[in-house]
Amino acid sequence: MLKVRVIPTLLWKNSTLIKGIGFDSWRRIGSVMQAVKVYNMRQVDELVFLDITATREGRKPDFDLVDDFADDCFVPLTVGGGITTLDDVHKLLLAGADKISLNTASIYNPYLIEEIANKFGSQCIVVSIDFKRSSDGKFEVFTHSGTKSAGKDPVAHAVEIANRGAGEILLTSINYDGTMQGYDIEMTKKVASAVQIPVIASGGAGSYKHMLDVILEGSASAVAAASIFHFTEQTPLESKIYLKKHGINTRLSQ
Amino acid sequence: MVLLIDYGMGNIGSIRRALEECGADVCVSNSPDDLKNAERIVLPGVGSFADGIKNLKKYCWIERIRQEVLENRIPILGICLGMQLLATHGQENGNNEGLDLIQGDVVRMVSTDANERIPHIGWNNVFRKHEHPLFENIQDGTDFYFVHSYHFIPERNADILAVTPYCGSFVSAIYRNNILGVQFHPEKSIPMGFQLLKNFLYKI
Repeated sequence: MLKVRVIPTLLWKNSTLIKGIGFDSWRRIGSVMQAVKVYNMRQVDELVFLDITATREGRKPDFDLVDDFADDCFVPLTVGGGITTLDDVHKLLLAGADKISLNTASIYNPYLIEEIANKFGSQCIVVSIDFKRSSDGKFEVFTHSGTKSAGKDPVAHAVEIANRGAGEILLTSINYDGTMQGYDIEMTKKVASAVQIPVIASGGAGSYKHMLDVILEGSASAVAAASIFHFTEQTPLESKIYLKKHGINTRLSQ
Repeated sequence: MVLLIDYGMGNIGSIRRALEECGADVCVSNSPDDLKNAERIVLPGVGSFADGIKNLKKYCWIERIRQEVLENRIPILGICLGMQLLATHGQENGNNEGLDLIQGDVVRMVSTDANERIPHIGWNNVFRKHEHPLFENIQDGTDFYFVHSYHFIPERNADILAVTPYCGSFVSAIYRNNILGVQFHPEKSIPMGFQLLKNFLYKI
């Protein structure tokens, strides 16, 4: 049976790993190599690495950096940030990424999704959708690390990118990100019901129970988390043991 | 020497590193001439069947691989798209001929219930149909990492080495003599994926 995945997210800014709250108030959390090595040992199911300032600074992905840490990463690795062309994707795959993640490009050049799907297959494209809930209860997609509104509804955008050939959605609530108050279950469910591709819930995990809730009630295929692993004693392995105890199939040591 | 075929499709970096971790002397090559020194061949690949076979053709790999594998009996391991390319035909992005080393078709997966999303992404069990050195010291039903939307349907049941429960059940490993293929990614499935690579290096 296919297992529900637990995926630590690593965010990269100014040559260091960081983690914030609501895409702001960033804290440094250490070196990427160290994190990769620790996570190799801890039975994580995948890693997501996002260079969160590449697009805003008009930079390409840092291929050498990915090449460096991918060498030590023996779990599946998704890399995002600054990808604008098919060539960027090719170089990241050569450097050791298994999947790539598009965010801003999925809004400004959605045709790129089709190009990547044709060349490398849908299975290697994750579209990361960052969304905010405004005070009047409306949901909106944001690009450029949550700094620019795209004027689109997350569900409509999810359907569009799935139709264009995206293989998976990393769905992040900007409001809940870093708060450790739980995932946006309502939006996760809406998106998961609207598309046939897997949805990774992201933003807000503070306890194993939060993960369980978004899997059961939000129909998430996987849960991404950062603060919970960086700032608390909770670990990916324990989260999987907890989920398994509560009837969710996860991968444990064999 | 293990020849890792670089035909412009995929995660060469991670496979090279994993093979090296398993003790292999790896030669990453984009030249079919290097085949003559190969004791093992690994055909990796992330991407579409159409582009994969186009690139193999473009760099003149097809006949040379078939010769080494069929005549000189050099063991070959296809991984993910690399396994699919061993087939006779593939239906991803048009109908294309494959290497035809193990007869069969590569077709899109079809979900059997609403909870089965495609692509099939994540860790899933691999149950073997036969005992085989490739799976030595690996418990039956071990989880490996998958990421794919197409799957291999061999013509002969005897070529099926292992199956995985998804979309009904699909073939996740194939074999015939010195020809082996796995749909999952051993290079990304520590620790048992490394055991499988070691088995390919030292037990086949």
